Amino acid sequence: MRVSITVNGELRSDDVEPRLLLVHYLRDVAGLTGTNIGCDTSSCGACTVHVDGESVKSCTMLAVQADGCEVTTIEGLAFDGALHPMQESFRQHHGLQCGFCTPGMVMAATSLLAEIPDPTEQQVREGLEGNLCRCTGYHNIVKAVLAEARS
Amino acid sequence: MSATAPAPPGILGQRRLRREDPALLTGEARFVADLDVPGALHLAFVRSTLAHARISSVDVSAALAMPGVVAAFTGADLERDWAAPLPCAWPVTADMKAPRHLPLAVDKVCYMGDAVAVVVAESEYLARDAAEQVFVEYDPLPAVVGIDDALSDRVVIHEELGTNTSYTWELAPDATAVEAAFSSATHRVHGHYVQQRLIPAAIEPRGVVVVPQPFGGEFTVFSSTQIPHILKVMLALTSGIAETSIRVIAPSVGGGFGSKLNVYAEELATLVLAKRLRRPIRWIETRSEGTQATIQGRGQIQDIELAADAEGRVTAVRVKLLADMGAYLQLVTPGVPILGAFLYSGVYDVPAYSISCTSVFTNLTPTDAYRGAGRPEATYAIERAMDALARQVGVDPAEIRRRNYIKAEKFPYASAAGLVYDSGAYEAALDRALELAGYQELRAEQARRRESGDSVQLGIGLSSYMEMCGLAPSRVLASLNYSAGGWEAATVRLLPTGKVQVVTGTSPHGQGHETSWSMIAADRLGVSPDDVEVLHSDTAVAPYGLDTYGSRSLSVGGVAVAIATDRVIEKARKIVAHQLEVADEDLELAGGAFTVKGSPDRSMPLGAVAFEAFTAHDLPDGLEPNLEASCHFDPPNFTFPFGTHVAVVEVDLETGRVILRSYVAVDDCGNQVNPLIVEGQVHGGVAQGVAQALFEKASYDEQGTLLTSTLLDYLVPAASELPSFVTASTVTPSPTNLLGVKGVGEAGTIGSAPAVINAVCDALARQGIHDIEMPATPERVWRALKEVAAR
Ligand code: FES
Ligand code: FES
Repeated sequence: MRVSITVNGELRSDDVEPRLLLVHYLRDVAGLTGTNIGCDTSSCGACTVHVDGESVKSCTMLAVQADGCEVTTIEGLAFDGALHPMQESFRQHHGLQCGFCTPGMVMAATSLLAEIPDPTEQQVREGLEGNLCRCTGYHNIVKAVLAEARS
Repeated sequence: MSATAPAPPGILGQRRLRREDPALLTGEARFVADLDVPGALHLAFVRSTLAHARISSVDVSAALAMPGVVAAFTGADLERDWAAPLPCAWPVTADMKAPRHLPLAVDKVCYMGDAVAVVVAESEYLARDAAEQVFVEYDPLPAVVGIDDALSDRVVIHEELGTNTSYTWELAPDATAVEAAFSSATHRVHGHYVQQRLIPAAIEPRGVVVVPQPFGGEFTVFSSTQIPHILKVMLALTSGIAETSIRVIAPSVGGGFGSKLNVYAEELATLVLAKRLRRPIRWIETRSEGTQATIQGRGQIQDIELAADAEGRVTAVRVKLLADMGAYLQLVTPGVPILGAFLYSGVYDVPAYSISCTSVFTNLTPTDAYRGAGRPEATYAIERAMDALARQVGVDPAEIRRRNYIKAEKFPYASAAGLVYDSGAYEAALDRALELAGYQELRAEQARRRESGDSVQLGIGLSSYMEMCGLAPSRVLASLNYSAGGWEAATVRLLPTGKVQVVTGTSPHGQGHETSWSMIAADRLGVSPDDVEVLHSDTAVAPYGLDTYGSRSLSVGGVAVAIATDRVIEKARKIVAHQLEVADEDLELAGGAFTVKGSPDRSMPLGAVAFEAFTAHDLPDGLEPNLEASCHFDPPNFTFPFGTHVAVVEVDLETGRVILRSYVAVDDCGNQVNPLIVEGQVHGGVAQGVAQALFEKASYDEQGTLLTSTLLDYLVPAASELPSFVTASTVTPSPTNLLGVKGVGEAGTIGSAPAVINAVCDALARQGIHDIEMPATPERVWRALKEVAAR
């Protein structure tokens, strides 16, 4: 099937199998491997991207369902050689270790702040519930998101 | 000619941001699944759905007939392709029993997830589709799930061994002293604890890509591994391919926690199939196969006894361990309980000690090293037992610990188990932790809540831990029957433009070695860390190394970097002395330049020295060109980090729900290279220990079926289930290495599980509940409360 998807601002048109997951489309067809896969039950959030501005686990969606949509991946966040403020905040606060959960975590965090611009710690913790990190104990991730909200 | 910017002195100890981060934050970093290898074929393994069964038949014909399928093999088809079975490097006793472990099972399967066939196809989707068309007939056998059942030999899993017991290991330096202490003791405490099996669950699943060179007969193996160097040697031995024809690269690796410290069936199978088919091949683990086919952690039953005098001073510790190896021995499976076996006397001055460990096979996924590997188990047992002793003696848990700590002036301390602890100041860490937690106020709040009969009770739990890391002095490893050494390698080069290159044999997967190692070299050279590149995790770039595990990287590998840097400096000094016509000792190195003492105008920056060394036009007679030095550092002793953690929980007496309200960790890992990274390690470690205490358990039914095979069932905690942590440190340098460092990768995990369970039991003490098995789920707590109510 033919899909037209705007990925990080560029319109693409590709022939895909109907069963192709959006995450595989992004990784294998569009070549954007920053979006990671950490599970097969939609539990880990490593694959989180934005679809029409909303954060979505891209392993829960078929590429064909994203037809006509605007998708932003982690590769689309940094602008003009500078990290996005949320990426920068993760760096400043050591919100990543192995970095595997990080692209999904950053994408989830940016959409969390879009929804709740000035969250409490509890709201950040609940807002990131769908994204698992095994390295950081979340402490510095939460710190990074709160710091970014306050800046 | 100098391209290096001078750095302010004292780089060590700075909270420098990590240089690893930009690539990881932008998605530029390449994990193994991200590697684009044109023409690569994909593997999918067919795995046993039963824990124990004979294989009657495996039919791959339907799979082979599918479009896009290139090949399919059964275990029998490949039996002659392995040069040796999968390795176990730690035969802990001379008579240890080890079954033959092939990448694909041939006659019988011994755990759910054991591979029986493999399909090779043009795409991942096709490979998985085809794997479902492989038909396996099994003749089911009764499964051995529990340790006790295994011990009974009711069913012997590996018939050729004649028993399910792999080994019994004993340490009793003075058995009479232990007996005497118990017979004269005023207080005796017996703790019986279960260390449930845990699934490591690094967020990046495993994966391996093998690229054969079409003409050279060489193979590049990309693997999501902690141990590229060990893996290279082991793949050579098990595949029969010469070591010189294998290059192993660990690209970005998404966490390991011990689960990637192994030589796995899939790594060997992918290599052997790439050789057989002469095509690049990739295999990427799915989460639900990873929960079965990647090693699990813990899996022990512990019996610990303390003897103590009237004041509660412990006079002897006696331990009996039963350990669940799972179906086969992986790389260091049998050694995991032994790594903890010296530490069951914890931070206490205990004169008599004995321990025995019996390890058995079960029809479950093999166990192996998981963050802490043996040491969290040991700490849990002694720290739970110390609380029991405090109760019996009638003193506060903090007081019982104070009475028993090894005093700071006793270091280096020779333990009854035969170790020499390098340095420690245990009471200082306790004091700091109690102060940060507001211990007195917490006790007052607890008393208020108890009095008012609040349905939510407060529990305060302590744990003072000490661990043995910096693995390891090679001779000690020899005495423990480990098949390799414990040294680490580093090479430091000053490049012609004055930039610095550090090559390390450690293999980071989240620990930030590039940042820390650059700081170590820069600090000594007096240059900016930004001018130091750090190369690692590629056996072609770093030929020697023993990789990253056991909190060893800094205290062995980082120290090797420091020593190699010093050697480069000494060579550079000779060149400068020659060219400036002064004696070596008249030169001092500061701010990245050698200066003649007393003549500040006569100096030579390191960059210029590097260029002189490179051109070699004017070197002292007999001195070789270039500035490069290596070090293979074999540590003289382990290092022994320590600390005290305080967990505060609220337990709802009606629902059994436990909430971790706050957590204080005071850790002492000696000198710190980068406190930002130290704190991060503690946070993550604490979260994993809390997870064992409250959430996680690999659950199996009586048939040996894994019930928690996905992240829906296996409860890796999310941000909403944890609080922010309060961390602080004391600094007691290690006298055993020139950086005074100890290591911190596992400390958080080691200290936290007992602190949390001690807190839960403290909350329930009024109800007469003194033990809750991990994980302390609402159901378990609720049941315990019902049971006491019914009494
Ligand atoms: S890959 Fe785990 S939620 Fe999508
Ligand atoms: S940084 Fe490793 S999983 Fe989050």
